Amino acid sequence: MNTPKNIKELHSGYKEGKFSVDEVVENYLARIKAFDKDLNAFITVTDDYARERAKKLQEALKDDKKVLNKMPLFGVPIAVKDMYLTKGIRTTAASNVLKDYVPAYSSTVFERLEGAGAILVGKTNCDAWAHGASGENSDFGPTKNPWNETRVPGGSSSGSAVSVAADMSLVAMGTDTGGSIRQPASFCGIYGFKPTYGAVSRYGVVAMASSLDSMGHMARNVDDVERVFMVTGGGDGKDATVKDFDYKKPAFDGKPRIGIPKEYFEEGLDPEVKEKVMAGVKVLENAGCEVAEVSLPHTKYGISVYYIVQPAEVSSNLGRYDGIRYGNGRDSFGAEAKRRIMLGTYVLSSGYYDAYYNKAMKVRTLIRKDFEEVFKKVDALVAPVSPTTAFKLGERSHDPLSMYLADIYTVSANLAGTPGLSVPAGVSSDGLPIGMQILGDRFSESKIFHIAKMFEEKTDYHNMTPKL
Amino acid sequence: MLMSSLSSDEVLRVARLSKLSLSKKEAQSLKSELSAIIDYFTELTKLRTDNIEPTSQTTGLTDVLRADEIDETRVLPVKDAVSGTEKIHNNYFVVSQVIDKEQ
Repeated sequence: MNTPKNIKELHSGYKEGKFSVDEVVENYLARIKAFDKDLNAFITVTDDYARERAKKLQEALKDDKKVLNKMPLFGVPIAVKDMYLTKGIRTTAASNVLKDYVPAYSSTVFERLEGAGAILVGKTNCDAWAHGASGENSDFGPTKNPWNETRVPGGSSSGSAVSVAADMSLVAMGTDTGGSIRQPASFCGIYGFKPTYGAVSRYGVVAMASSLDSMGHMARNVDDVERVFMVTGGGDGKDATVKDFDYKKPAFDGKPRIGIPKEYFEEGLDPEVKEKVMAGVKVLENAGCEVAEVSLPHTKYGISVYYIVQPAEVSSNLGRYDGIRYGNGRDSFGAEAKRRIMLGTYVLSSGYYDAYYNKAMKVRTLIRKDFEEVFKKVDALVAPVSPTTAFKLGERSHDPLSMYLADIYTVSANLAGTPGLSVPAGVSSDGLPIGMQILGDRFSESKIFHIAKMFEEKTDYHNMTPKL
Repeated sequence: MLMSSLSSDEVLRVARLSKLSLSKKEAQSLKSELSAIIDYFTELTKLRTDNIEPTSQTTGLTDVLRADEIDETRVLPVKDAVSGTEKIHNNYFVVSQVIDKEQ
């Protein structure tokens, strides 16, 4: 069978009886079997679970075609980053500490996906504990970029991005603490969505940095991104930071106004990435958006602030792993986790707290205010996701600071708690995808999706797929 | 302030606070890697932040409470709660001894 391009196409296939849920699941499982030996996107393939679910859903469909309307993700094969707890299904965070951990309960997001009819095909590989921007920090081996297997897929949601890019699932869940959904989506030529902090429950997801962690996802088109968000978003009474919100059609005051933050186009940005993002801006202008240059003056301090606040919270969250109640002991932490625990403990320790942690929290206020000011003038920002395209495996793994610096365009949205969507915007001369991100104000997701759809209608980048 | 470059003693002190045991080689490479990262942070001293409030969260929510009632759907039965380890005794977790009998 031909792999459906989006959920709408999948659902009309189900409705017309073109294929059954079982056939769809078998198709995706076969693709995982064929391609994942090389790509290493999955830590656990849940084939038995998926087949059983498919059988049940197929029966429900036979009884009543209306299940397709009732369940927005009916029969959608989904891959889930191995940070989300899945009851009875091993959840490792890609770390040896949790390599045999089978959770006794599920994350809110996974329960909602299941409730909406999605079918888990597997738990995806990632940088261990979501620490990384390349996928290379996994204790289960690196994931390869399907566009070029000598390149990294980006990270930390490496396996989820590859799963969607290589059509091993239709959508995939990731986590974004400093760019971990948007950057791999950009490196793999797909959509990657980081919601507003507080829009989606973090309950039952292995915590990285609790004031920054956002539960988002990847897909092949904006409609699917929006549809999954409608399922995952909203309060659950289990995560005290989640706000219930009204999801409304976007209200623009005239034409959508796009800001181009000048600090995102300065030194260090690959000219080809710059060219594609600026071409993307032109597409939006031609489609009816107003474009203006804007400034986020504290952008360059984002890395320092992020690499103080985030490891501080990491060192606290990873303090619970003692090997007593579950998991293995602290000797099982890999090099990057140890580095971040050490860094976080240092910036929080007596004598350094004010100079580092407190200072960083104050500069975080300045970064947050930059966004507040700019969103008084524009509806959204358009910017590059990463300064470069996918880099070579091994190229940066010996130099943590250079790896951290590449997060410059993504960390600010996490520090400010604002949403962002990485959109496929072209391919480089050496055949690697380039993404651009649309950033919005808190809870302005509907505006972001509207602008992304304007871009999607005028371009064909989202239909490009790697040759496997 | 903020003059960094960690000493070897400091690396060991932080490792102790973090409950991590490091090999000599790990301690050595962490010393240089962490020093480079911490040196990078000195750029923050350029910013005046005397009257700026720190941001520890972005939701603006305060004092989010729930009713003090047992919700059966979010309570794990004991057998599930202890299912993550084989080191249990009468449904209790077994831990290493932390108090010396002699004292």
